[in-house]
Formats: sequence, structure tokens, C-alpha cells
Amino acid sequence: MDLSFSPEERAFREEVRAWIKTAMPPHLAAKAAVDGHFEMPEVMEWHKVLAQKGWVAPHWPVEWGGPGLDVARRFILTEELELAGAPQLSPFGLTMAGPLLMQFGNEAQKQRYLPKILSGEEVWCQGYSEPNAGSDLASLRLAARADGDFFVLDGQKTWTTYAQYAGWIFVLARTDPAAKKQSGISFFVVDMTSPGIRVRPTLTIGGTHAFCDTFFENVRVPKENLVGPLNGGWTLAKALLGHERTLVAAVGHSTRTLLRCKRIARETIGDDGRPLSQDPVWRAKIARMECRLEALRMQNYRAIAGAKQGHAPGPESSILKLRGSEVLQGMFELALDLMGHDGLSWMNEPGVVPAHEDWVAPTYDYVRAATIYAGSNEIQKNIIAKLILGLS
Amino acid sequence: MNFELDDDQRMLVDSVQTFVRKESPVSRFRALRSSGEGVTGEGDGFSRDLYRKMGELGWLGLPLPESVGGLGGSFVDLMLVLEQLGTTLVPEPILSSIVLSAMTVAECGGERFLDGVATGDRLLGLAYAEQNGRYDLSRLEATAEKSGAGYRLRANKRFVLDGHVADAFVVSAKLDGKVALFVVEAKDAKVQRLKTHDGRFAAHVSFDVELAADRLLAADGLAALSRAVERGAAAVCAEGLGVMQTVLSMTRDYLSQREQFGVKIGSFQALQHRCVDMFVETELARSTTLLAALALDDPKAVSVAKVQLAAGGRLVVQQAVQLHGGIGITDEADVGLYFKRMHVIQALFGDEDFHLARVARLGLD
Repeated sequence: MDLSFSPEERAFREEVRAWIKTAMPPHLAAKAAVDGHFEMPEVMEWHKVLAQKGWVAPHWPVEWGGPGLDVARRFILTEELELAGAPQLSPFGLTMAGPLLMQFGNEAQKQRYLPKILSGEEVWCQGYSEPNAGSDLASLRLAARADGDFFVLDGQKTWTTYAQYAGWIFVLARTDPAAKKQSGISFFVVDMTSPGIRVRPTLTIGGTHAFCDTFFENVRVPKENLVGPLNGGWTLAKALLGHERTLVAAVGHSTRTLLRCKRIARETIGDDGRPLSQDPVWRAKIARMECRLEALRMQNYRAIAGAKQGHAPGPESSILKLRGSEVLQGMFELALDLMGHDGLSWMNEPGVVPAHEDWVAPTYDYVRAATIYAGSNEIQKNIIAKLILGLS
Repeated sequence: MNFELDDDQRMLVDSVQTFVRKESPVSRFRALRSSGEGVTGEGDGFSRDLYRKMGELGWLGLPLPESVGGLGGSFVDLMLVLEQLGTTLVPEPILSSIVLSAMTVAECGGERFLDGVATGDRLLGLAYAEQNGRYDLSRLEATAEKSGAGYRLRANKRFVLDGHVADAFVVSAKLDGKVALFVVEAKDAKVQRLKTHDGRFAAHVSFDVELAADRLLAADGLAALSRAVERGAAAVCAEGLGVMQTVLSMTRDYLSQREQFGVKIGSFQALQHRCVDMFVETELARSTTLLAALALDDPKAVSVAKVQLAAGGRLVVQQAVQLHGGIGITDEADVGLYFKRMHVIQALFGDEDFHLARVARLGLD
């Protein structure tokens, strides 16, 4: 047994860290330094910097432009990017559409879409949820009716994150209304400039327009945009859940947020005239979050080491999303609590509160989504209860 | 990075597992314990014969140096053994005699005190806790002073694990302002046997005795004593992991079998999710136990593991009792035995608050 990263892996970490320092454009670095919020154009700017370096899609195979990093290096790269406060890349092309196209797309589809996902030339969004199909995704109703060389789409998708910036959307649509729930669904890629598509951004509690409703009205989609078999879309929907499960714990993001909590604790004076970092109650609260984070980190290491040995993700990785999202929320809750009155400030001009506190409240609000998206934590628990504990 | 067991470790786990199922199922602990229905508490709570058998199998000598009949094995190996012993609450005094005491004696060059320890013929106990102290090992009222060619030791030690049967004690006391360690035979101590929450035994042990000079194990023994307690913390994490796994699977089985409202209660989502919470805490404890075993010299790693044991372990055993319903409150249900053991080990070697404070010191000062 061995707890440490190998010398080569540690050298890779140094390489990543040094590269980020020199490669990040100054206006992005300035925001990263105070954990600021990145607008989508900035995210895509960073996407292109990473793409140039060949690191934008660490999990992609070399034949499609991936860097050929093993699971430990992928983790290290992800962790270092999060630790640096770098813009978080949009996952819809890189970790969702891309790998699904690789697995289920035909050659023409791969050639058409993958290079532009990688380069960042085309931005993607995800069309899964609908107003009446959330956790119960299979009850989705977006209709796709065959009409000559086209499918005609009618209906609505929701939570289509950053659809207002996207050139492409991948959707699950109902191609056989008579079939049983899961059986009549197909997977399409759709050009967002198609006539009949309307996007309505939604202001989130985090103060940003992250989500959208996307409406489809007689949208004509060429038949070659069907990915995988007709009525076989549910297989793709399930496959998506299995991708990159070792990277979902957000260990880097939580680590960075813990460091920010400590900084706020040191710089905030309590009622006894000493910094909160000297107050036993606050110290215990911070230490508890640190312990939760370190337990999660070790859980993540076990999943990585298992994957390195070629094991399919086991029960240890099913916990990563569940606990990872809770820890991330807990870190922002702690940061907001530590701020006291500073936590009242909401999106003001610079200087109202210290710059590194500016985005704590909005981010605290927004990361409530972490236990909801990508399969709510309650759904994750249903899955563990059934598949691992055998309860039904 | 690699957390796979090697072939030897896999064989070790298999053999301990087979042993505990055959030689010491939980019903054996139930019969030997210090209090409960139909239990007199008159026995010693374990069997010297079985303990010797564990010696023959090499488990007692596993972490001891070869010079005293040990195998010089890794702490991970020892933790694998302890985890399995935790699954059926095996009461033999390996934690007290080997992990806490013998390893300390060996580390301080006291091989002369270790005859028969690795074979299980001789039992040692670590006498360090006192009335007016909590987890600070240097906060001592016990004193030793030069007396003739030797020392005069005066000490009142509390809750010495398995102290009721120890043949000798490793005792901490202030000598010239430092924390010294002595080895004292049981015949030179006053031993008050007592029962503990988990159905085991311990002792309050007091000393007022003249000791020969060679009874001094370490004149400056605080570091060795600290390491002993760190090992203890890591060891109970491993044992506690065995406890957590066992009550999780007992609870799952109970939910799959008990029927109410015409269905298995395991079909109720509220109970399923509670059981998943137990599973998550158990898996995290598996991770942090490994962390402590592999990074025993890193106080943060040990504290992270101990906090997970205390917080996660308590959640698991409390919910196990809850999900068993009324039967979980009865003495006849095994779940209560595990529940009690978890509460004892979470308080040993630094409780949750102690370890949180230590993590804060390491991370904030």
C-alpha cells in the first residue's frame, strides 16, 4: 500500500501549477485571486487557453485530441485548476456531449462535432430536464416526430444551463409516444440557430442567469442528427451518469474554499477583540469542515487508485458526488457565517466588503444546486439503497 | 498511490475472519461480558487460551520486533487484524497489551520486560490516565523520585484497559519535571477491578512502591507515550470500522426481513436513506482508517480518522438501534453490544472535541 503520489505525479502537479501561473491571462488571474465570478465569455477564453496546451479535455482519448493522462494525473490537473480558482469549464460539451458522441456517435458525427467541442469553437448545452420531468427523467415529453429527412421537435426543456451562449444542444426526445416510458426516447444533437428555438434565461438565486428554459416549436432537425439507435436514447442517458465519476467530488474547489474560510477567520475580529481564528467555537467549526474534506479527499484517492488498477467504480465512488456536494455547500456556509455583517452585502461596487468576500453570498446561494443537479442527492441515495444495499 | 491488499494481507484477513467466526462469534463475547442478562461478571471477560492461540497465529507479535519474538510487520497489517476482531467484538486484550504497552516498551528498549508477551503468556497494561486530566499526557499528578539506588513511585491511574488481568503495567509519572515511564509488576500495584460501559473490564490502579533502577523504561518518555496513544487512536479506528460494517449489515438484514403494513420495512424510503447515511459514514471511515494506518506519524491524519470514527461511528450505531426499533433497546439484541463498544472507543485516545481542537491547531496557528 502506498498513500503518496509518485515522484512523476508530483512533478506533474508542479508542472500544472507553474503553467497556470504563466498561462492565465492577467484579467482572469485577478478574478481568480479573489474567487470572483467568471462570465461565460471568460470561461470560453480560458477553455481556449487550455485547449492550446492540450489539457482542456484530460479524459478524452488521444485519437480525439486528449492528452493521454492517466486517472491520477487527470485528478491532479482538475484539482490544481480548482485550487487556482480558474474558471470552471462548461461541462456540457467536454464531459457530456463529447464522450457520448465518442461512445455512440457514427464516424461522421464524431468528425463533425468533436474537434469543435475541443477547440471551444462551439459551445454546448444540455436538454434533459423538463418542467414535469426532473428526477423522473423518463417521463419527458419533448416530441420528435419523423417527417421525411427530418424530425420535428415540439416541447420545452428546462435547466438548460448557459443555453443563451450555446451553439448546440443535445436533447432527449420522445420518438415513440406509444412505447413504455424509457423505450420511446431518442438522443439528438440540435443546432441552436434552428428556426423555432427560443431561449429564456432564468435568474438564479445566485444572482446570475445560469439556467434557461428552451422552447422548441416545429424545429426541424435533420435525421443525421440522431445519435445512437432510434428509441435507444435511454441507454445514452444512463451512460452519461457513469462518466468521470472520480472527478465529481470537487475536492479542489472545497479545499480552496476552506483556505478562504481560514483567511476570513484570521481577518475578522470577534467580540473578544481577537480574530475568529482564535475563538474555540469557530476553530472547532473550521476543523470539522477540514476533517470532512480530508475524509472526502481520501475517499477520492481510493476511487482513483481503484481506477488505476482497472476496477470499475465501486461503492466508494458513488459517495463522491453525495458527500462532495455536501462538503462544498458546507464550506460556503462556513465562509458566509464567518463573514458576519459582511455576509449581508450583495453584488455591490468593489470596496463595500473585501474583494475575496464579494462572491461568497452569491456562490453560497448558487451551490445549493450542487445537491440537486446531476441526479439529486436523494436520487443518489435511492440508487445506493437499491444497488449496493439491496433494499427495495 | 495504491490501496490494494497484497497476497499476504489478503491471506491474513481471510484467516482472521475465519478465526473470529469459528472461535469467537459475538455470542462468545455476550457470554463473557461484565454485565447483562444472566451475566455475573465474575470471569475475566476473555480467555487466556484463546489469547495464546492468537499468539501462536502470530497476530500478537505482528507489530513487535523480531528480537522479542515478533514479526516486525507493518501497522497496516495490525489494523487489518483489529478490523476483523471488531466485527464480532473479540474481547482479548490485544489493544491494551500489544498496541498500547508492548510496542511502547519495545520502542524504549525494554526488551527485558517482553518475555512471553508475543506468545500471549504475559499481559501488559498502560496506566496513564488520571482523575485530574483528560487527554493531555503531560498533565500528571503521579510522581517518581530518586530513592536509594532506585525510585519511589506514587501514582493513581484510572481506567487502565484490561488492568484487572495485567501482569505488569507501563506507568507514566513526573520525574525531574519530565514524563517518565516505568514498568511495574502487578504484585506491586493496588488493582481495583471495574466494569466498563461496553461489557469489558478495566481497573483503577494505584502505586506507592519502591522500584529498582532498571524499572525505569524511559526518563523522558512523553514522545513514546504520545506515539502509544496515537497508535491506540488508529487502532480503535480499525476496530470501529469492523463495528460499523457489522451493524450496517445487521441493520440492512433486519430491514429486509421485518414486515409492517404488509411490506418489508426496507421498502420505505425514509429508512433506506437512513441506511445509506450509515453506509456513507462507514465507507468514509474505511478511507480515514487507511489514512491513519498509512500516515501514523501525521497527527492530522490520525485526528481526521478519529473524528470520523466518533461522528460517523456514533451516527451508525445510533441509527442501527433506531432502525431495529424496540428490539434494538433489548439486551438480547446484539446491536446494543456494538452500540456500547462504539461509545467506549470514541472516547478513548482523544474524543471528537480533542481531535477537532488539534486539527484547528495544526491548520490555523
